[in-house]
Amino acid sequence: MASTVANDANLAKVAKQNHAMGWVRGFVTSSIGAKYVMAASGLALVGFVLVHMVGNLQVFLGWEKLNAYAAFLKSTGSLLWVARIGLLVAVLAHIVSGLRLAYLNKQARPVRYRKQTSMHTNVFARTMAVSGLIVVAFIVYHLLHFTLGVTNPADYALEDPLGRHDVYSMVVRGFQQPLVSASYIVAMALVGMHLSHGATSMFQSLGLNHPKYNSLFSKVGPAIGVLVFLGNISMPVAVLLGFIQPR
Amino acid sequence: MNITLHVWRQKSAREPGKLVTYKRGDVSPDMSFLEMIDVLNEELAAKGEEPIAFAHDCREGICGSCSMMIDGMPHGPQDLTTTCQLHMRTFKDGAEITVEPWRAAAFPVVKDLIVDREAFDRIIQQGGFVSVNTGNAQDANAIPISKEAADKAFEAAACIGCGACVAACPNASAMLFVSAKVAQMAELPQGQPERYRRAKKMVDQHDAEGFGACRNHYECEAACPKGISVRYIAQLNRDYLKASVAVAEHAGRSSGPG
Repeated sequence: MASTVANDANLAKVAKQNHAMGWVRGFVTSSIGAKYVMAASGLALVGFVLVHMVGNLQVFLGWEKLNAYAAFLKSTGSLLWVARIGLLVAVLAHIVSGLRLAYLNKQARPVRYRKQTSMHTNVFARTMAVSGLIVVAFIVYHLLHFTLGVTNPADYALEDPLGRHDVYSMVVRGFQQPLVSASYIVAMALVGMHLSHGATSMFQSLGLNHPKYNSLFSKVGPAIGVLVFLGNISMPVAVLLGFIQPR
Repeated sequence: MNITLHVWRQKSAREPGKLVTYKRGDVSPDMSFLEMIDVLNEELAAKGEEPIAFAHDCREGICGSCSMMIDGMPHGPQDLTTTCQLHMRTFKDGAEITVEPWRAAAFPVVKDLIVDREAFDRIIQQGGFVSVNTGNAQDANAIPISKEAADKAFEAAACIGCGACVAACPNASAMLFVSAKVAQMAELPQGQPERYRRAKKMVDQHDAEGFGACRNHYECEAACPKGISVRYIAQLNRDYLKASVAVAEHAGRSSGPG
Protein backbone atom coordinates (compact mmCIF):
# COMPACT_ATOMS: atom_id res chain seq x y z
CA MET A 1 0.00 0.00 0.00
CA ALA A 2 2.72 2.39 1.06
CA SER A 3 4.69 1.69 -2.07
CA THR A 4 1.62 2.40 -4.25
CA VAL A 5 1.30 5.84 -2.67
CA ALA A 6 5.02 6.43 -3.21
CA ASN A 7 4.69 5.36 -6.85
CA ASP A 8 1.74 7.67 -7.42
CA ALA A 9 3.76 10.55 -5.99
CA ASN A 10 6.70 9.54 -8.18
CA LEU A 11 4.52 9.32 -11.30
CA ALA A 12 3.04 12.74 -10.55
CA LYS A 13 6.54 14.17 -10.15
CA VAL A 14 7.66 12.62 -13.44
CA ALA A 15 4.55 13.93 -15.22
CA LYS A 16 5.33 17.41 -13.89
CA GLN A 17 8.93 17.17 -15.06
CA ASN A 18 7.78 16.16 -18.53
CA HIS A 19 5.32 19.03 -18.74
CA ALA A 20 6.77 21.96 -20.68
CA MET A 21 6.19 24.38 -17.80
CA GLY A 22 8.14 22.05 -15.56
CA TRP A 23 11.18 21.19 -17.62
CA VAL A 24 11.65 24.54 -19.33
CA ARG A 25 11.63 26.28 -15.97
CA GLY A 26 13.94 23.66 -14.52
CA PHE A 27 16.32 23.96 -17.45
CA VAL A 28 16.64 27.74 -17.66
CA THR A 29 17.13 28.08 -13.90
CA SER A 30 19.77 25.33 -13.69
CA SER A 31 23.38 26.48 -13.72
CA ILE A 32 24.01 24.94 -17.16
CA GLY A 33 20.64 25.94 -18.64
CA ALA A 34 21.30 29.52 -17.56
CA LYS A 35 24.57 29.36 -19.52
CA TYR A 36 22.63 28.34 -22.63
CA VAL A 37 20.27 31.27 -22.05
CA MET A 38 23.23 33.65 -21.72
CA ALA A 39 24.96 32.21 -24.80
CA ALA A 40 21.88 32.06 -27.05
CA SER A 41 20.62 35.54 -26.12
CA GLY A 42 24.20 36.82 -26.32
CA LEU A 43 24.54 35.38 -29.83
CA ALA A 44 21.39 37.24 -30.89
CA LEU A 45 22.70 40.45 -29.34
CA VAL A 46 26.14 40.13 -30.97
CA GLY A 47 24.39 39.60 -34.31
CA PHE A 48 22.32 42.72 -33.73
CA VAL A 49 25.35 44.79 -32.67
CA LEU A 50 27.22 43.82 -35.84
CA VAL A 51 24.29 44.48 -38.20
CA HIS A 52 23.51 47.74 -36.38
CA MET A 53 27.13 48.84 -36.78
CA VAL A 54 27.34 47.99 -40.49
CA GLY A 55 24.06 49.83 -41.10
CA ASN A 56 25.23 52.91 -39.23
CA LEU A 57 28.62 53.00 -40.95
CA GLN A 58 26.68 54.21 -44.00
CA VAL A 59 26.98 57.62 -42.35
CA PHE A 60 30.36 57.72 -44.13
CA LEU A 61 28.54 57.40 -47.48
CA GLY A 62 26.64 60.65 -47.01
CA TRP A 63 23.17 61.72 -45.93
CA GLU A 64 21.28 60.29 -48.93
CA LYS A 65 22.43 56.73 -48.21
CA LEU A 66 21.94 56.83 -44.44
CA ASN A 67 18.51 58.47 -44.56
CA ALA A 68 17.39 56.07 -47.29
CA TYR A 69 18.54 53.15 -45.12
CA ALA A 70 16.61 54.55 -42.14
CA ALA A 71 13.52 55.02 -44.30
CA PHE A 72 13.88 51.46 -45.57
CA LEU A 73 13.98 50.08 -42.02
CA LYS A 74 10.88 52.09 -41.09
CA SER A 75 9.12 50.86 -44.25
CA THR A 76 9.40 47.22 -43.17
CA GLY A 77 6.62 47.97 -40.69
CA SER A 78 5.54 44.86 -38.85
CA LEU A 79 8.83 43.10 -39.68
CA LEU A 80 10.66 45.84 -37.78
CA TRP A 81 8.44 45.17 -34.78
CA VAL A 82 9.12 41.44 -34.96
CA ALA A 83 12.84 42.23 -34.86
CA ARG A 84 12.38 44.74 -32.04
CA ILE A 85 10.37 42.32 -29.92
CA GLY A 86 12.87 39.55 -30.57
CA LEU A 87 15.65 41.88 -29.53
CA LEU A 88 13.78 42.93 -26.41
CA VAL A 89 13.24 39.29 -25.43
CA ALA A 90 16.96 38.57 -25.92
CA VAL A 91 17.95 41.66 -23.92
CA LEU A 92 15.61 40.83 -21.05
CA ALA A 93 16.65 37.17 -20.97
CA HIS A 94 20.32 38.20 -20.96
CA ILE A 95 19.86 40.77 -18.18
CA VAL A 96 17.57 38.72 -15.93
CA SER A 97 19.58 35.52 -16.29
CA GLY A 98 22.87 37.40 -15.94
CA LEU A 99 21.83 39.22 -12.77
CA ARG A 100 20.42 36.04 -11.27
CA LEU A 101 23.69 34.19 -11.97
CA ALA A 102 25.74 37.06 -10.55
CA TYR A 103 23.64 36.95 -7.36
CA LEU A 104 23.82 33.15 -7.01
CA ASN A 105 27.55 33.17 -7.68
CA LYS A 106 28.08 35.76 -4.93
CA GLN A 107 26.07 33.52 -2.58
CA ALA A 108 28.25 30.56 -3.50
CA ARG A 109 31.26 32.18 -1.81
CA PRO A 110 30.01 34.10 1.24
CA VAL A 111 33.48 34.38 2.82
CA ARG A 112 36.08 35.76 0.43
CA TYR A 113 39.74 34.85 0.37
CA ARG A 114 42.19 37.24 1.99
CA LYS A 115 44.45 36.46 -0.93
CA GLN A 116 43.43 35.04 -4.30
CA THR A 117 45.69 34.84 -7.34
CA SER A 118 44.27 34.65 -10.86
CA MET A 119 45.84 31.88 -12.91
CA HIS A 120 43.94 32.13 -16.17
CA THR A 121 41.00 34.52 -16.14
CA ASN A 122 41.29 38.21 -17.03
CA VAL A 123 39.76 41.50 -15.97
CA PHE A 124 37.23 41.49 -18.83
CA ALA A 125 35.84 38.13 -17.76
CA ARG A 126 35.69 39.18 -14.11
CA THR A 127 33.79 42.41 -14.81
CA MET A 128 31.03 41.05 -17.06
CA ALA A 129 28.24 42.09 -14.69
CA VAL A 130 29.64 45.60 -14.21
CA SER A 131 30.38 46.20 -17.90
CA GLY A 132 26.99 44.73 -18.79
CA LEU A 133 25.07 46.99 -16.40
CA ILE A 134 26.87 50.13 -17.59
CA VAL A 135 26.07 49.13 -21.18
CA VAL A 136 22.39 48.74 -20.21
CA ALA A 137 22.42 52.29 -18.82
CA PHE A 138 24.05 53.46 -22.05
CA ILE A 139 21.42 51.67 -24.18
CA VAL A 140 18.66 53.50 -22.29
CA TYR A 141 20.39 56.82 -23.02
CA HIS A 142 21.05 55.80 -26.65
CA LEU A 143 17.37 54.97 -27.20
CA LEU A 144 16.27 58.25 -25.59
CA HIS A 145 18.76 60.08 -27.81
CA PHE A 146 18.33 58.57 -31.28
CA THR A 147 15.29 56.26 -31.26
CA LEU A 148 12.78 58.17 -29.15
CA GLY A 149 14.20 61.68 -29.54
CA VAL A 150 13.71 62.58 -25.89
CA THR A 151 17.11 64.10 -25.09
CA ASN A 152 17.54 66.16 -28.30
CA PRO A 153 14.01 66.74 -29.68
CA ALA A 154 15.09 69.52 -32.07
CA ASP A 155 17.64 67.24 -33.82
CA TYR A 156 15.13 64.39 -33.87
CA ALA A 157 12.51 66.53 -35.65
CA LEU A 158 14.80 67.39 -38.59
CA GLU A 159 13.78 66.41 -42.12
CA ASP A 160 15.98 66.12 -45.20
CA PRO A 161 15.14 67.73 -48.61
CA LEU A 162 13.20 64.59 -49.57
CA GLY A 163 10.99 64.97 -46.52
CA ARG A 164 12.49 61.97 -44.73
CA HIS A 165 13.53 61.68 -41.10
CA ASP A 166 17.02 63.25 -41.23
CA VAL A 167 18.97 60.63 -39.29
CA TYR A 168 22.25 61.90 -40.77
CA SER A 169 21.93 65.41 -39.33
CA MET A 170 20.63 64.09 -36.05
CA VAL A 171 23.71 61.88 -35.66
CA VAL A 172 26.17 64.57 -36.75
CA ARG A 173 24.65 67.21 -34.46
CA GLY A 174 24.64 64.73 -31.59
CA PHE A 175 28.28 63.78 -32.03
CA GLN A 176 29.40 67.39 -32.47
CA GLN A 177 28.89 67.73 -28.70
CA PRO A 178 32.14 66.38 -27.19
CA LEU A 179 30.46 65.10 -24.01
CA VAL A 180 27.88 63.12 -26.00
CA SER A 181 30.61 61.65 -28.19
CA ALA A 182 32.70 60.84 -25.12
CA SER A 183 29.80 58.91 -23.56
CA TYR A 184 29.42 56.87 -26.77
CA ILE A 185 33.15 56.16 -26.94
CA VAL A 186 33.34 55.05 -23.30
CA ALA A 187 30.23 52.89 -23.74
CA MET A 188 31.77 51.24 -26.82
CA ALA A 189 34.93 50.46 -24.83
CA LEU A 190 32.74 48.64 -22.31
CA VAL A 191 30.81 46.83 -25.06
CA GLY A 192 34.17 45.77 -26.52
CA MET A 193 35.35 44.47 -23.14
CA HIS A 194 32.08 42.62 -22.61
CA LEU A 195 32.19 41.00 -26.05
CA SER A 196 35.85 40.15 -25.73
CA HIS A 197 35.01 37.59 -23.06
CA GLY A 198 31.38 36.96 -23.99
CA ALA A 199 31.70 36.11 -27.66
CA THR A 200 34.44 33.55 -26.91
CA SER A 201 32.79 32.19 -23.77
CA MET A 202 29.61 31.62 -25.79
CA PHE A 203 31.14 28.67 -27.65
CA GLN A 204 32.04 26.80 -24.47
CA SER A 205 28.60 27.48 -22.97
CA LEU A 206 26.95 26.06 -26.08
CA GLY A 207 29.11 22.96 -25.67
CA LEU A 208 31.46 23.79 -28.54
CA ASN A 209 34.98 22.87 -27.51
CA HIS A 210 37.20 21.07 -29.97
CA PRO A 211 40.99 21.02 -30.31
CA LYS A 212 40.74 21.91 -34.00
CA TYR A 213 38.62 25.00 -33.36
CA ASN A 214 39.55 26.20 -29.86
CA SER A 215 42.25 28.60 -31.01
CA LEU A 216 39.73 30.11 -33.44
CA PHE A 217 37.05 30.38 -30.73
CA SER A 218 39.52 32.09 -28.39
CA LYS A 219 40.16 34.79 -31.01
CA VAL A 220 36.52 35.41 -31.97
CA GLY A 221 35.68 37.35 -28.78
CA PRO A 222 38.65 39.73 -28.78
CA ALA A 223 38.31 40.19 -32.58
CA ILE A 224 34.61 41.09 -32.36
CA GLY A 225 35.30 43.27 -29.31
CA VAL A 226 37.97 45.29 -31.14
CA LEU A 227 35.92 45.42 -34.35
CA VAL A 228 32.79 46.71 -32.59
CA PHE A 229 34.79 49.22 -30.56
CA LEU A 230 36.73 50.65 -33.52
CA GLY A 231 33.82 50.48 -35.97
CA ASN A 232 31.42 52.30 -33.69
CA ILE A 233 33.77 54.95 -32.30
CA SER A 234 34.87 55.79 -35.87
CA MET A 235 31.58 57.69 -36.25
CA PRO A 236 31.79 60.12 -33.29
CA VAL A 237 35.56 60.47 -33.87
CA ALA A 238 35.01 61.29 -37.56
CA VAL A 239 32.38 63.89 -36.65
CA LEU A 240 34.60 65.48 -33.99
CA LEU A 241 37.58 65.61 -36.37
CA GLY A 242 35.42 67.05 -39.14
CA PHE A 243 35.71 64.10 -41.56
CA ILE A 244 31.94 63.85 -41.47
CA GLN A 245 30.42 67.25 -42.19
CA PRO A 246 26.88 68.45 -41.49
CA ARG A 247 24.56 68.20 -44.48
CA MET B 1 65.37 29.08 4.71
CA ASN B 2 63.22 31.63 6.55
CA ILE B 3 59.53 32.06 5.85
CA THR B 4 56.59 33.87 7.39
CA LEU B 5 53.26 32.06 7.41
CA HIS B 6 49.86 33.69 7.74
CA VAL B 7 47.56 30.78 8.53
CA TRP B 8 43.77 30.82 8.88
CA ARG B 9 42.87 29.69 12.39
CA GLN B 10 39.26 28.94 13.22
CA LYS B 11 38.21 26.82 16.20
CA SER B 12 34.94 25.60 14.68
CA ALA B 13 32.35 26.33 12.04
CA ARG B 14 30.47 28.56 14.46
CA GLU B 15 33.35 30.71 15.68
CA PRO B 16 34.92 33.46 13.57
CA GLY B 17 38.44 32.82 12.34
CA LYS B 18 41.47 34.98 11.64
CA LEU B 19 44.89 34.86 10.05
CA VAL B 20 47.66 34.12 12.57
CA THR B 21 51.30 34.83 11.73
CA TYR B 22 54.05 32.27 12.38
CA LYS B 23 57.68 33.12 11.69
CA ARG B 24 59.71 30.08 10.71
CA GLY B 25 63.50 29.80 10.60
CA ASP B 26 65.56 26.79 9.60
CA VAL B 27 63.02 25.42 7.10
CA SER B 28 64.57 22.77 4.88
CA PRO B 29 63.92 23.37 1.15
CA ASP B 30 63.47 19.59 0.81
CA MET B 31 60.47 19.52 3.13
CA SER B 32 57.03 19.19 1.62
CA PHE B 33 54.60 21.94 2.57
CA LEU B 34 52.79 19.53 4.88
CA GLU B 35 56.03 18.44 6.56
CA MET B 36 56.81 22.09 7.19
CA ILE B 37 53.43 22.43 8.95
CA ASP B 38 54.07 19.13 10.81
CA VAL B 39 57.22 20.62 12.33
CA LEU B 40 55.38 23.82 13.23
CA ASN B 41 52.59 21.78 14.81
CA GLU B 42 55.08 19.81 16.96
CA GLU B 43 56.42 23.09 18.27
CA LEU B 44 52.93 24.44 18.88
CA ALA B 45 51.97 21.25 20.74
CA ALA B 46 55.16 21.41 22.84
CA LYS B 47 54.24 24.98 23.81
CA GLY B 48 50.75 23.79 24.77
CA GLU B 49 49.10 25.58 21.85
CA GLU B 50 46.52 24.06 19.54
CA PRO B 51 48.19 22.61 16.39
CA ILE B 52 46.95 23.76 12.98
CA ALA B 53 44.24 21.36 11.81
CA PHE B 54 44.65 20.28 8.18
CA ALA B 55 43.46 17.24 6.23
CA HIS B 56 45.98 14.83 4.75
CA ASP B 57 46.12 11.16 3.97
CA CYS B 58 48.21 9.57 1.23
CA ARG B 59 50.86 12.30 0.90
CA GLU B 60 51.55 11.05 -2.61
CA GLY B 61 49.17 13.25 -4.55
CA ILE B 62 46.28 10.86 -5.16
CA CYS B 63 43.85 11.11 -2.24
CA GLY B 64 42.80 14.74 -2.66
CA SER B 65 42.71 15.48 1.09
CA CYS B 66 45.37 18.16 1.49
CA SER B 67 43.15 21.05 0.54
CA MET B 68 44.56 24.47 1.29
CA MET B 69 44.75 27.75 -0.53
CA ILE B 70 48.43 28.74 -0.60
CA ASP B 71 49.13 32.32 -1.64
CA GLY B 72 45.74 32.53 -3.30
CA MET B 73 46.16 29.35 -5.36
CA PRO B 74 44.74 25.91 -4.54
CA HIS B 75 47.62 23.60 -3.53
CA GLY B 76 50.08 26.45 -4.08
CA PRO B 77 51.86 27.94 -7.06
CA GLN B 78 53.21 24.79 -8.74
CA ASP B 79 51.25 23.32 -11.65
CA LEU B 80 49.73 19.84 -11.45
CA THR B 81 50.70 19.45 -7.80
CA THR B 82 48.83 18.75 -4.59
CA THR B 83 49.97 20.40 -1.35
CA CYS B 84 51.66 17.23 -0.13
CA GLN B 85 53.81 17.16 -3.28
CA LEU B 86 54.68 20.84 -3.04
CA HIS B 87 58.17 21.43 -1.68
CA MET B 88 59.50 24.41 0.18
CA ARG B 89 62.12 24.95 -2.53
CA THR B 90 59.23 26.30 -4.63
CA PHE B 91 59.28 29.41 -2.40
CA LYS B 92 61.91 32.10 -2.10
CA ASP B 93 63.89 32.49 1.09
CA GLY B 94 62.11 35.09 3.22
CA ALA B 95 58.75 34.48 1.51
CA GLU B 96 55.49 35.46 3.18
CA ILE B 97 52.91 32.75 2.54
CA THR B 98 49.17 33.05 3.19
CA VAL B 99 47.37 29.77 3.88
CA GLU B 100 43.57 29.60 3.88
CA PRO B 101 40.89 26.90 3.67
CA TRP B 102 38.76 26.38 0.53
CA ARG B 103 36.09 29.07 0.46
CA ALA B 104 32.64 28.02 -0.74
CA ALA B 105 29.17 27.98 0.75
CA ALA B 106 29.01 24.29 -0.12
CA PHE B 107 32.34 23.60 1.67
CA PRO B 108 31.82 24.88 5.23
CA VAL B 109 34.95 25.18 7.36
CA VAL B 110 35.17 22.47 10.02
CA LYS B 111 38.31 23.74 11.72
CA ASP B 112 41.32 25.80 10.62
CA LEU B 113 42.17 24.55 7.12
CA ILE B 114 39.73 21.61 7.06
CA VAL B 115 36.48 21.97 5.13
CA ASP B 116 33.56 19.60 4.79
CA ARG B 117 33.51 18.25 1.22
CA GLU B 118 30.53 15.91 1.66
CA ALA B 119 28.67 17.93 -0.98
CA PHE B 120 30.86 16.07 -3.51
CA ASP B 121 29.76 12.73 -2.07
CA ARG B 122 26.10 13.69 -2.42
CA ILE B 123 26.71 14.63 -6.07
CA ILE B 124 28.33 11.22 -6.69
CA GLN B 125 25.38 9.52 -4.97
CA GLN B 126 23.10 11.00 -7.64
CA GLY B 127 24.71 9.04 -10.44
CA GLY B 128 28.50 8.90 -10.32
CA PHE B 129 28.40 5.14 -10.82
CA VAL B 130 27.20 2.50 -13.26
CA SER B 131 24.24 0.46 -12.03
CA VAL B 132 24.90 -3.25 -12.55
CA ASN B 133 23.29 -6.40 -11.36
CA THR B 134 25.63 -8.36 -9.16
CA GLY B 135 26.76 -11.79 -10.23
CA ASN B 136 29.75 -13.33 -11.87
CA ALA B 137 32.29 -10.92 -13.24
CA GLN B 138 32.06 -10.47 -16.98
CA ASP B 139 34.74 -11.94 -19.21
CA ALA B 140 37.57 -9.53 -19.72
CA ASN B 141 37.25 -7.71 -23.05
CA ALA B 142 33.65 -8.87 -23.52
CA ILE B 143 32.85 -5.26 -24.33
CA PRO B 144 35.30 -3.85 -26.87
CA ILE B 145 36.56 -0.38 -25.91
CA SER B 146 38.87 1.57 -28.18
CA LYS B 147 42.18 2.82 -26.86
CA GLU B 148 41.04 6.40 -27.53
CA ALA B 149 37.83 5.96 -25.51
CA ALA B 150 39.72 4.29 -22.68
CA ASP B 151 42.30 7.10 -22.62
CA LYS B 152 39.63 9.81 -22.60
CA ALA B 153 37.71 8.09 -19.83
CA PHE B 154 40.90 7.67 -17.84
CA GLU B 155 41.84 11.32 -18.27
CA ALA B 156 38.51 12.29 -16.70
CA ALA B 157 38.80 9.56 -14.08
CA ALA B 158 42.09 11.10 -12.91
CA CYS B 159 39.95 13.54 -10.87
CA ILE B 160 40.73 12.99 -7.20
CA GLY B 161 37.79 15.06 -5.94
CA CYS B 162 40.09 17.43 -4.04
CA GLY B 163 37.91 20.51 -4.62
CA ALA B 164 40.68 22.71 -6.06
CA CYS B 165 38.37 23.58 -8.98
CA VAL B 166 35.77 24.94 -6.57
CA ALA B 167 38.40 26.74 -4.52
CA ALA B 168 39.89 28.46 -7.58
CA CYS B 169 36.62 29.32 -9.31
CA PRO B 170 35.58 32.96 -8.86
CA ASN B 171 32.03 31.61 -8.56
CA ALA B 172 32.82 28.57 -6.38
CA SER B 173 31.41 26.35 -9.11
CA ALA B 174 32.14 22.62 -9.11
CA MET B 175 31.49 22.14 -12.82
CA LEU B 176 34.96 20.72 -13.54
CA PHE B 177 34.45 18.06 -10.85
CA VAL B 178 30.94 17.18 -12.04
CA SER B 179 32.01 17.14 -15.69
CA ALA B 180 34.91 14.79 -14.97
CA LYS B 181 32.71 12.44 -12.96
CA VAL B 182 30.10 12.41 -15.73
CA ALA B 183 32.67 12.11 -18.54
CA GLN B 184 34.52 9.14 -17.08
CA MET B 185 31.30 7.15 -17.64
CA ALA B 186 30.11 8.97 -20.76
CA GLU B 187 33.28 7.93 -22.63
CA LEU B 188 32.64 4.21 -22.01
CA PRO B 189 29.96 1.87 -23.36
CA GLN B 190 29.03 0.84 -19.81
CA GLY B 191 28.09 4.42 -19.05
CA GLN B 192 25.70 4.90 -21.97
CA PRO B 193 22.39 3.54 -20.59
CA GLU B 194 22.34 6.07 -17.74
CA ARG B 195 24.35 8.78 -19.51
CA TYR B 196 21.79 11.60 -19.75
CA ARG B 197 19.94 10.84 -16.56
CA ARG B 198 23.30 10.85 -14.74
CA ALA B 199 24.29 14.24 -16.18
CA LYS B 200 20.94 15.74 -15.23
CA LYS B 201 20.81 14.40 -11.69
CA MET B 202 24.41 15.21 -10.84
CA VAL B 203 24.17 18.78 -12.15
CA ASP B 204 20.87 19.33 -10.33
CA GLN B 205 22.48 18.11 -7.10
CA HIS B 206 25.47 20.38 -7.78
CA ASP B 207 23.10 23.35 -7.98
CA ALA B 208 21.15 22.25 -4.89
CA GLU B 209 24.38 22.12 -2.87
CA GLY B 210 24.89 25.84 -3.43
CA PHE B 211 27.88 25.72 -5.77
CA GLY B 212 28.02 28.62 -8.23
CA ALA B 213 27.51 28.54 -11.98
CA CYS B 214 30.40 28.19 -14.42
CA ARG B 215 31.19 31.41 -16.29
CA ASN B 216 34.12 30.04 -18.29
CA HIS B 217 36.97 31.67 -16.38
CA TYR B 218 38.97 28.40 -16.62
CA GLU B 219 40.65 28.99 -13.25
CA CYS B 220 39.63 25.41 -12.42
CA GLU B 221 41.66 23.87 -15.23
CA ALA B 222 44.68 25.96 -14.21
CA ALA B 223 44.28 24.88 -10.57
CA CYS B 224 43.50 21.20 -11.11
CA PRO B 225 46.35 19.05 -9.77
CA LYS B 226 45.37 16.37 -12.29
CA GLY B 227 45.06 18.67 -15.29
CA ILE B 228 41.40 17.87 -16.02
CA SER B 229 40.39 19.79 -19.15
CA VAL B 230 37.47 22.22 -19.37
CA ARG B 231 36.43 20.43 -22.56
CA TYR B 232 34.64 18.00 -20.23
CA ILE B 233 32.52 20.95 -19.08
CA ALA B 234 31.54 21.63 -22.71
CA GLN B 235 30.67 17.94 -23.07
CA LEU B 236 28.61 18.11 -19.86
CA ASN B 237 26.81 21.18 -21.23
CA ARG B 238 25.84 19.20 -24.34
CA ASP B 239 24.75 16.16 -22.31
CA TYR B 240 22.76 18.30 -19.89
CA LEU B 241 21.05 20.10 -22.77
CA LYS B 242 20.06 16.80 -24.33
CA ALA B 243 18.98 15.38 -20.97
CA SER B 244 16.81 18.44 -20.34
CA VAL B 245 15.20 19.07 -23.71
CA ALA B 246 15.23 15.74 -25.52
CA VAL B 247 15.07 12.96 -22.96
CA ALA B 248 11.73 12.21 -21.32
CA GLU B 249 11.69 11.61 -17.59
CA HIS B 250 10.47 8.18 -16.62
CA ALA B 251 9.38 6.77 -13.32
CA GLY B 252 11.91 3.94 -13.35
CA ARG B 253 11.53 0.86 -11.25
CA SER B 254 9.70 1.20 -7.99
CA SER B 255 11.94 0.90 -5.01
CA GLY B 256 9.74 -1.51 -3.06
CA PRO B 257 8.03 -4.77 -3.96
CA GLY B 258 4.63 -4.52 -5.67
